[in-house]
Amino acid sequence: MMFGITANSWLQLGLYMCALTALAVPLGAFMARVLSGERHFLSSVLDPVERLMFALCGVKPEAETNWKGYALGVISFWLAGFLLLFVLLMTQQWGPLNPQGIANLTPDLAFNTAVSFVTNTNWQSYAGETTMSYFSQMVGLTVQNFVSAAVGIAVMAALIRGLSRHSTDKVGNFWADMIRANLYILLPLSLIVTVALASQGVIQTFDANVTAKTLEGADQVIALGPVASQEAIKMLGTNGGGVFNTNSAHPFENPTPISNFIEMLSILIIPAALCFTFGKMVGDRKQGVAIFAAMTLVFVPFTVAAIGFEQWGNPHLVAAGADTAANMEGKETRFGITNSAIWAAATTAASNGSVNAMHDSFTPLGGMIPMLLMKFGEVIYGGAGSGLYGMLVFVILTVFIAGLMVGRTPEYLGKKIGAYEIKMASIAVLLPCAFVLIATALAVMTPLGQAGIYNPGAQGFSEVLYAVTSATNNNGSAFAGLGANTPFYNTLLGVCMLFGRFFVLLPVLAIAGSLAAKKTVPVSAGTLATHTPLFIGILIGVIVLVGVLTYAPALALGPVVEHILMIKG
Amino acid sequence: MSLVSQIRPAVVSLGLLTLLLGGAYPLASTALVGAIFPNQSAGSLIKQGDTIIGSRLIGQNFTQPQYLWGRLSATGPAPYNAGASSGSNLGVNNPALLDASKARLDALNVDSPVPVDLITASGSGLDPHISTAAAEIQIPRIAAARGLPEDRIRAAIAASTKGRTFGILGEARVNVLEVNLRLDGKVK
Repeated sequence: MMFGITANSWLQLGLYMCALTALAVPLGAFMARVLSGERHFLSSVLDPVERLMFALCGVKPEAETNWKGYALGVISFWLAGFLLLFVLLMTQQWGPLNPQGIANLTPDLAFNTAVSFVTNTNWQSYAGETTMSYFSQMVGLTVQNFVSAAVGIAVMAALIRGLSRHSTDKVGNFWADMIRANLYILLPLSLIVTVALASQGVIQTFDANVTAKTLEGADQVIALGPVASQEAIKMLGTNGGGVFNTNSAHPFENPTPISNFIEMLSILIIPAALCFTFGKMVGDRKQGVAIFAAMTLVFVPFTVAAIGFEQWGNPHLVAAGADTAANMEGKETRFGITNSAIWAAATTAASNGSVNAMHDSFTPLGGMIPMLLMKFGEVIYGGAGSGLYGMLVFVILTVFIAGLMVGRTPEYLGKKIGAYEIKMASIAVLLPCAFVLIATALAVMTPLGQAGIYNPGAQGFSEVLYAVTSATNNNGSAFAGLGANTPFYNTLLGVCMLFGRFFVLLPVLAIAGSLAAKKTVPVSAGTLATHTPLFIGILIGVIVLVGVLTYAPALALGPVVEHILMIKG
Repeated sequence: MSLVSQIRPAVVSLGLLTLLLGGAYPLASTALVGAIFPNQSAGSLIKQGDTIIGSRLIGQNFTQPQYLWGRLSATGPAPYNAGASSGSNLGVNNPALLDASKARLDALNVDSPVPVDLITASGSGLDPHISTAAAEIQIPRIAAARGLPEDRIRAAIAASTKGRTFGILGEARVNVLEVNLRLDGKVK
């Protein structure tokens, strides 16, 4: 035991972090080539597909736009995706590939689910195996799993261009970025992960559910579906919406420790690799390494804490006759405490939101870790693209604050940070915080909101706080006791997801446009270095302070009270 | 530039990407993994003749004394409903959590303490595994119910036990259904 967790826990976490770093570096370099429009080893295969798609769409990839044009592309693509998915979910019972004869979704559930997938949140108000036809899963949800992640990567590419260019208003071509991210990054990686997962027993079939005759003579319906192909992009695209209700705790989504390791790597691999993409694209690798280091230095201690809290467990279990307090409620035997806790941290550090254990049954402090990681604004690795652009917003704030402290003009990568950038950065950081607190208050003060609460007492409050935090930060995981499939929660959380996505994404594009237009000033003796341990430390301080100061009262009312009640007995 | 100018790329790109990512990709994946891993991709089903008697990956509900019992399952309307997976979502202080644990302990009818996984519900409600310790304490009951020596039961459990992968990943575990199939002579 060291810091309250076992040697094996350290070993599993260490192996995970090593594998993540080892894979992120080369993938990051590859993604930089893709987003810069350079040729790479997939060009020869997929070039014709790319050219055909550009031609049919009427897109000239070299015709770049200013940030408003880029935003217009994002919004129009979002609208088209939302409408298609909404209509599909409202009509699925008449569609093909519906062997279970599953009915159409209610309008509020269809709204919530469509918004959820189009904003890369993948909050599940629905229970996959009983609510979604195979057709909806693959043609509706799988497609948005890809393209919503690709939109995040595209917007991040625009921000990087804003930082690395000068004296121009052009930040890129949204359609070219988005299509390339799908073709060259998400699709090939998904195919690899699909095959790897299938080897472990993740299912991939269009057969109808089967009924087994159990050894004790009962009939057991076993739900099936095209799982592996969706599972792969669900993890890689920081999506998280499972084919099954219990997501990656379900043995058909995640059958073995190896499938679990692959899926955990898939959660963080793209957001982590984008740090190195960033370093390469701005021509200063140390900047990318610094951001990766800042993310990792937050992630590892939080993960260790989550493992420790779950291992320390729930003393009530011992009172009930268990040999240990280690909290196995809601966890799968094959994953145990360690992998359930690492997953909980990874899925909420990234805006993934898949689960391999039930977070509602975590210990109060163990469950506070994923809540906090979301409350940091999904920037500790964060979502595909959205994590890095959110992190760069914090970097801009940090440069500004550090500049104020030492009396220097704030600069980042040779760009002077002015009042406009700080205003936009403040909107992107503070508005989501405000949404979370206001929506939580609204839900716990109204009978409609209170009606969904499942666990009594402080844990019930935590369920609401978690749901609103998850939706606004586009995560998608839940304290799933909350009965969220009601018109009230479907609408409230749908609006939270939309606000959370666009009130970060649009200010980020505005920053990109503003920075692109500026001159690059040469580095001087007065320039604050942004790759040093000192700067990394201040950056972490800003992120943690904003998160903790904003939410301390709410967290005190939820997890902290629940913890005190638990140890009091 | 206006929103109207974006209609064509939005609609056409969405259509093309839907064909590629929502059609070609899952269909090609199904064909590919169906060819390489036919058994796994179909659900690792176990058949006796034409009858499906379960899946290696999905737990079953066991309450009879001659069988090894698995984790508690919170699926509705009955435990281990693989048509609607669910965890209990009970919080640490919820009285229902301890009621379920105590009811399980009574049914087991052994001296406490017992391994914690045996009195807690799994995340999926379909967990096919229990810990080795949780299997061990059930051996006397199964042996008595079957009129077999305990070593026979222990051997069946050992044959269905897996350690951590590469000695590192995951946890050691016993596949409950597999043990019971062995005990019934349906799997060697």
